[in-house]
Amino acid sequence: MDARRVSRMVIDPKVRQVGFVTPGASSEPMKHIIESSSMASSSSELTPSGNSLSPVMIPPPRHAIPVPVPSPLRRPSIGDNMPLGSYNPSDSLLGASPTISPSSRNDDDNPYSGIPSVDLSDEFSPRWIDRTNSGTISNTKADDFGHKLPQLASSFPFSSNLTAVSMVKMPLPRRGAGEVETNHSMSSKPLKEKTSKAERRALQEAQRAAKAASKETGGDKQAVAFGEGANPNAKQAKSAKPPPQKKDGAPGASSGATSEKKGVDRPPEKERKKDVPAPRMQFDDTQRVEKAKRRALVKPTETMNRVELFRHLPQYVHGAQLPALESKFFEVDQMHPHPAVYRVGLQYLTGDISGGNARCVAMLMAFQEAIKDYTIPLEKVLIRDLTAKINSYVSFLITCRPLSISMGNAIKFLKARIAKLSVTLSESEAKAALQSDISRFINEKIVLADKVIVRHAVTKIRDGDVLLTYGSSCVVEMILCYAHELGKQFRVVVVDSRPKLEGQALLRRLLAKGLSCTYIHINAISYIMHEVTRVFLGASSVLSNGTVYSRVGTACVAMVAHAFHVPVLICCEAYKFHERVQLDSICSNELGDPDALSKVHGRKDLNHLENWANNEKLQLLNLTYDATPSDYVSMIVTDYGMVPPTSVPVIVREYLREHLLI
Amino acid sequence: MLRPSASFILDQRESLSSPPPNLAPPATMAPKPPIQAGSGAGYYAARAEHHAVSSHWLAQAQAAVDGGPAKPGLSESHGDRHRDRENASFSVIDEFNFWRKKPDLAEAVAAIMALAAVIRTSEATTMMELEIELKKASDTLKSWDTTSISLSAGCDLFMRHVTRTSALEYEDFDAAKARLIERGERFGEISLRARKTIAMLSQDFIFDGCTILVHGFSRVVLEVLRLAASSGKLFRVFCTEGRPDKTGLRLSTELVGLGIPVKLLIDSAVAYNIDEVDMVFVGADGVVESGGIINMMGTYQIALVAHSMNKPVYVAAESYKFARLYPLDQKDLAPALRSVDFGVPVPTAVEVETSARDYTPPQYLTLLFTDLGVLTPSVVSDELIQLYL
Repeated sequence: MDARRVSRMVIDPKVRQVGFVTPGASSEPMKHIIESSSMASSSSELTPSGNSLSPVMIPPPRHAIPVPVPSPLRRPSIGDNMPLGSYNPSDSLLGASPTISPSSRNDDDNPYSGIPSVDLSDEFSPRWIDRTNSGTISNTKADDFGHKLPQLASSFPFSSNLTAVSMVKMPLPRRGAGEVETNHSMSSKPLKEKTSKAERRALQEAQRAAKAASKETGGDKQAVAFGEGANPNAKQAKSAKPPPQKKDGAPGASSGATSEKKGVDRPPEKERKKDVPAPRMQFDDTQRVEKAKRRALVKPTETMNRVELFRHLPQYVHGAQLPALESKFFEVDQMHPHPAVYRVGLQYLTGDISGGNARCVAMLMAFQEAIKDYTIPLEKVLIRDLTAKINSYVSFLITCRPLSISMGNAIKFLKARIAKLSVTLSESEAKAALQSDISRFINEKIVLADKVIVRHAVTKIRDGDVLLTYGSSCVVEMILCYAHELGKQFRVVVVDSRPKLEGQALLRRLLAKGLSCTYIHINAISYIMHEVTRVFLGASSVLSNGTVYSRVGTACVAMVAHAFHVPVLICCEAYKFHERVQLDSICSNELGDPDALSKVHGRKDLNHLENWANNEKLQLLNLTYDATPSDYVSMIVTDYGMVPPTSVPVIVREYLREHLLI
Repeated sequence: MLRPSASFILDQRESLSSPPPNLAPPATMAPKPPIQAGSGAGYYAARAEHHAVSSHWLAQAQAAVDGGPAKPGLSESHGDRHRDRENASFSVIDEFNFWRKKPDLAEAVAAIMALAAVIRTSEATTMMELEIELKKASDTLKSWDTTSISLSAGCDLFMRHVTRTSALEYEDFDAAKARLIERGERFGEISLRARKTIAMLSQDFIFDGCTILVHGFSRVVLEVLRLAASSGKLFRVFCTEGRPDKTGLRLSTELVGLGIPVKLLIDSAVAYNIDEVDMVFVGADGVVESGGIINMMGTYQIALVAHSMNKPVYVAAESYKFARLYPLDQKDLAPALRSVDFGVPVPTAVEVETSARDYTPPQYLTLLFTDLGVLTPSVVSDELIQLYL
């Protein structure tokens, strides 16, 4: 049929304009862009003029540039550097805890961090450099430079080309300035297309000069460091967030060049920083894991038999951190989070609080309390210091349990609010504003959203229905109870699975309300499905390709329902949506306690797996989440109404950004 | 020739005051907020008597006038001044019927025009008043025929479109009102032009020598075929019979008049003929949020047959038919019922399926031709979200 279609040009933008386009509607996205661009440019007084397009004209590239390497453009202080759920717990672990003094982080890492502003992106995140540099290789390289460069530099002050060439020749695995360079060129690519040849040439020249200059000084520093150990200058350059102006080490040529480059690069970088998701911590990357561990409050014990396919996920012995954390509760430690946060963390750890909404609300309440007790330290700015504080809390919570996507979104919201606080507010005003923001978020995005979802979903329940639900989702429970209150006649099938058996609690609550229920385990799902008329499922998150990320087993239930032509309704608040795309449940997941699989309560005779940890040929895998492809989902019930899974990106695009800015 | 649009509720109210005895009890249907399933009157029931339309129209208009004042009366009691009473000569329903009498004007468009007229003739002095007035008018129109999806969708869209940006932006009421009038009229114009736009857009999909299967009588599809024929394309059309309304018979007479070769099939001969068919063209009563369509009974099975034979199914529907409904399955709809005439007496113990329309899920549709462009089914929801939220 495709071959027969004469022409494919059908959707003409002009034709699309025919529809219901109100003037206000069309100008809205534009306004957004203007806002964001002005935000971006306000932080740098050097706005791009000659060779960059006006940012107003370029809609921010959404994942346009695939960046396989860790984004070097994250600044630790500003709001968007935070872990977005369980998939990148390391990020804040590594970068953002402010309690670590700069000196403690750079003893073994890279000598290049002493270089002031090798490159623009470097300048923005020195942190990135010390995070990604592999110690050994860069050390040897550094030695080379340390020995050779000073002489070179002193004898040929303008030997920039030489050094630049040597830079280019560097072997790829070294992840220092070379990679920064490639990144940089990637980021500025869209702009370069528009520049004239001469301009490009000038830019290149400037870059070379900058690199050479920085190398010189780096070499110098290295030499000095060799002589007398620590160099205060180097340390300052390495410390987490030095504003560009304070980089006094660089000679004039370098600073001039960098500032010029900054003018060129800044807006797209800013945009990209927002758009590209942070790299996920890969727990099979030993070096980064080491670093993460050093910063952690508690030292979790790693499990012995790690499952091969899931080595990139944290695999720790469950419950091992608990005694350590409990004993530390009353210690007065600088790293110590606020007691409320501590309590919530412990509750996550023990599993007392589970479920996306409950965890999110508990976390927000704890933050609210922490903000209430917060005072600005001397010589600190609230915006920066509080963000750092929140970062440290978050990294503490991550050590207790990886964040869920909903929590990531809530944290993103909170940080956006903090960053947007006006400087003129007094401390108490700012704190009050933040606290009310948090309660508003809880109210609007969770409590009210649930109510709306319940209203919507109830319209899909008819008399005589048999509704199936899996696990224990609080929204689904509310829907069932509300439908029962409305007097609808229906029956509920609660499907449950080992090892958590969360369905039993749900079952008890439903029975207490007087609903008629059937309880089965997931093994019997194909037996029961033929009598079911609707499947209601909760979700931990809905990703922008419509994939539903939810309790493990959900995919199985949805697939069986699909095979039986039973509609599957996913009930999920819009604040849990995420613009990420995930195709399987391997690349990001959470591993539960493998022991939970080996033990069956009440069955002493089932002890075949008693010493499983000693058997190196046996690995137990207890996954927590899985990803349900959107094909198996009939409808997503959210606070914006009932939408098909294909419309999730629209909601993410239109509203998630607004969420953060409410 | 006057052609009635999709709604026959009032005819039914006049003629059959009691619903047919063996209607399926609507108890199992969950009542849906936008459309009340309350009236048991037939939706397509009067199709058979189409030829005797003119007297019907009169009766209908009469009924509307009779029923009309009751509702505006309510609105006036809301504390409006006598000015309104002078103006009582203007009623939405009158305006609506005026537009509806125009041949080839869909009833949703008539509603849109009527609502635009409401703004024009309104003597409200504040935005709030105007909005309330508009709301009442649209409610009146919607209650005029509760089973028509396009009517309620058209009213909703108009309300949404016209009052979308907060009226408070304008300080001057007159400027705001002018703005609303302008927008309302533009919306009406777009809706009027919609059929032409769709016909233009779909020309690329009709190629020489193709065979098109058509189900039901849709004015949009007819327009598409008319334009294709007039631009010299050579194709033939299979029309289903369209029991019990014989819509296919009507369509085939129209098409023959245009010089298009037509073959008439009984509804059950679709699968038998499907391998000769290159594409299926249907209209829609409503396009729902999932991207599926609600259309005359039989569309679903044709779409299933076409899908299993890998034939494309194209839907031609104006964008004012986009409704914020999301049926999960066939029974998840407010039923529109009609009486079915089997020609022979049926024992009363036999239950008769009287539903007039079915729901075709989006996975069985290939493309939707709308005045917003040629859309895949999933875009419908995107458009709706952008419009309503």
